[in-house]
Amino acid sequence: MTDLVNSFMTGPDDKGRFGDFGGRFVSETLMPLILELEEQYNYAKTDQSFWDEMDFLWKHYVGRPSPLYFAERLTERLGGAKVYMKRDELNHTGAHKINNVLGQIILARRMGKTRIIAETGAGQHGVATATVCAKFGLKCVVYMGAHDVERQQPNVFRMRLLGAEVVPVTSGRGTLKDAMNDALRDWVTNVRDTFYCIGTVAGPHPYPAMVRDFQSIIGKETREQMMEAEGRLPDTVIAAIGGGSNSMGLFYPFLDDKQVSIIGVEAGGKGVTEKMEHCASLTGGRPGVLHGNRTYLLQDDDGQILEGFSISAGLDYPGIGPEHSWLHDIGRAQYVAITDNEALEAFQLCCETEGIIPALEPSHALAHVMKIAPELPADHVICMNMCGRGDKDIYTVAKALGRDLD
Amino acid sequence: MTRIDAKFAALKSEGKKAFVAYIMAGDPDPETTLSVMQGLPGAGVDVIELGLPFTDPMADGPTIQVAGQRALEGGMTLDRTLQLVRDFRAGDDQTPIVLMGYYNPIYSRGVDRFLDEAKTAGIDGLIIVDLPPEEDEELCIPAQKAGLNFIRLATPTTDAKRLPKVLQNTSGFVYYVSMTGITGSADAQAGDVSPEVARIKSQTDLPVVIGFGIKTPEAAAAMAPAGDGVVVGSAIVDRIARGDSLDDVLAFVGSLADATHS
Repeated sequence: MTDLVNSFMTGPDDKGRFGDFGGRFVSETLMPLILELEEQYNYAKTDQSFWDEMDFLWKHYVGRPSPLYFAERLTERLGGAKVYMKRDELNHTGAHKINNVLGQIILARRMGKTRIIAETGAGQHGVATATVCAKFGLKCVVYMGAHDVERQQPNVFRMRLLGAEVVPVTSGRGTLKDAMNDALRDWVTNVRDTFYCIGTVAGPHPYPAMVRDFQSIIGKETREQMMEAEGRLPDTVIAAIGGGSNSMGLFYPFLDDKQVSIIGVEAGGKGVTEKMEHCASLTGGRPGVLHGNRTYLLQDDDGQILEGFSISAGLDYPGIGPEHSWLHDIGRAQYVAITDNEALEAFQLCCETEGIIPALEPSHALAHVMKIAPELPADHVICMNMCGRGDKDIYTVAKALGRDLD
Repeated sequence: MTRIDAKFAALKSEGKKAFVAYIMAGDPDPETTLSVMQGLPGAGVDVIELGLPFTDPMADGPTIQVAGQRALEGGMTLDRTLQLVRDFRAGDDQTPIVLMGYYNPIYSRGVDRFLDEAKTAGIDGLIIVDLPPEEDEELCIPAQKAGLNFIRLATPTTDAKRLPKVLQNTSGFVYYVSMTGITGSADAQAGDVSPEVARIKSQTDLPVVIGFGIKTPEAAAAMAPAGDGVVVGSAIVDRIARGDSLDDVLAFVGSLADATHS
């Protein structure tokens, strides 16, 4: 029987808080909208027909369940713990993002919304949103920082092929956080017909909980598959964190299994130093309020938000989901930072030993696996989330390795 | 009774509408802001709304976004904003000042310390865009206890069921947002706003001031009868941004104030 008093899985509370984190820090114009969303989501999540539709599309459109794969050569190379990969990079559109998008778009359809807006950094969430909108014939507008539009042209073209309007964001510094600001400004303006499909476990309540619930399919499958493969739960689960949706999806179903250690890997960029050339909100930030929730943020002494820096555009966000902030503070999960160089090394090792080109995001998780696996015994089972494939990153990697593809 | 309460009581007895002017603290530098502030009461401004710059102003349109960026790039901080208020107060102890902005710079400072410093500097009220009634315990209730007004926004999406909650801990005045959108966007229509403001006024004795999308003296004159006053922000900030002289800025503000008062 589940011990609810000591459970880590009961959050958020009715104010949308995980401990002191989370909440609903939005303008009055949006408040009725997020209350309506919360009500509709609470109804949908107890409605079997909602999950039936999700399960059908997860299976036939996304390609779930994704495999749990024993990385044998990598394990041999590291010479310690047994390393498994949850293969969410094999999903339609190449990343975990679509797990969540599907849920939100089905909800939007039930709510009678006809126009979907989204923010995107590297473009993976934008592509997933444009994809599902095309499938359902919904109008889709994606806000993307002007700088990201420049450096992620293939994804911009994909979104446009899929019928989405991609709006280059020039406000602020034209980055992911500014794209989120502009998406919120759009939502404030188009309150009747528009649904805001947030790509990570951040934003005002109920987004962090809702996105987590949709992404939890990753952890649920992993539990079952690991029981089948090893006859027991993994000893350690590891995932990369930008906003934190793939990691929350993997971690959540394991939160009450106290024997499972949980490690989140933040983007350490050029190193978590005073120069702030990183995106490690937990390792190098402090609590603040942005984009509707209280969470750890990269900010200066005056509460102004700082830009993150990482080789991985998908981790380039100055905040982190509030549930991670809470798990960090109560110590249920451990959070570490991996530098660009370490991630690049893991990227190459994964290509060479497993024939899998990982995205730069999960390369961060893999880099931490490389650090700890050699020190662990052979019967220690690690599962890392291979949350995206690296096709989108080959130009970035080539450049970082000093090779010219043009 | 705050300076805001006193001002609205006085205006009511004169049968006049309030003209509220918004400017961004430190845009493009604190000296300019102080000069403009010092000229506002003489131009007919009843309440000064002073923007506290923030990197991520989610409810603001391009004009105020860029004004905030200019201020931050010029080194504006919360401390310098408070200093601006102290400098203004040295020569004017009557005109109410409302600080308008976002929560994080205040949260970062620490709520109690901020309230103490704001009150001492001479700020009378706060409009914090990202603090809805659901988050009242954060700042609204402590601010009221500290003797500052907490002015809430009511919007076209605030339905009848929600309105009492919005009004409950509001003080000073109610700021009615004339449209769904961001500051400085499409022109507000008095015809749409009148019944909404009437609905709010039927449930509160507080003055209701209308803002967002009011850009010209004509628009101010058309909107003023719908409530107890109007706010103009982006149109004034635009004139400061394009480098109008102090006299020209104040002349424009004067034309807005006259149109509101008449």
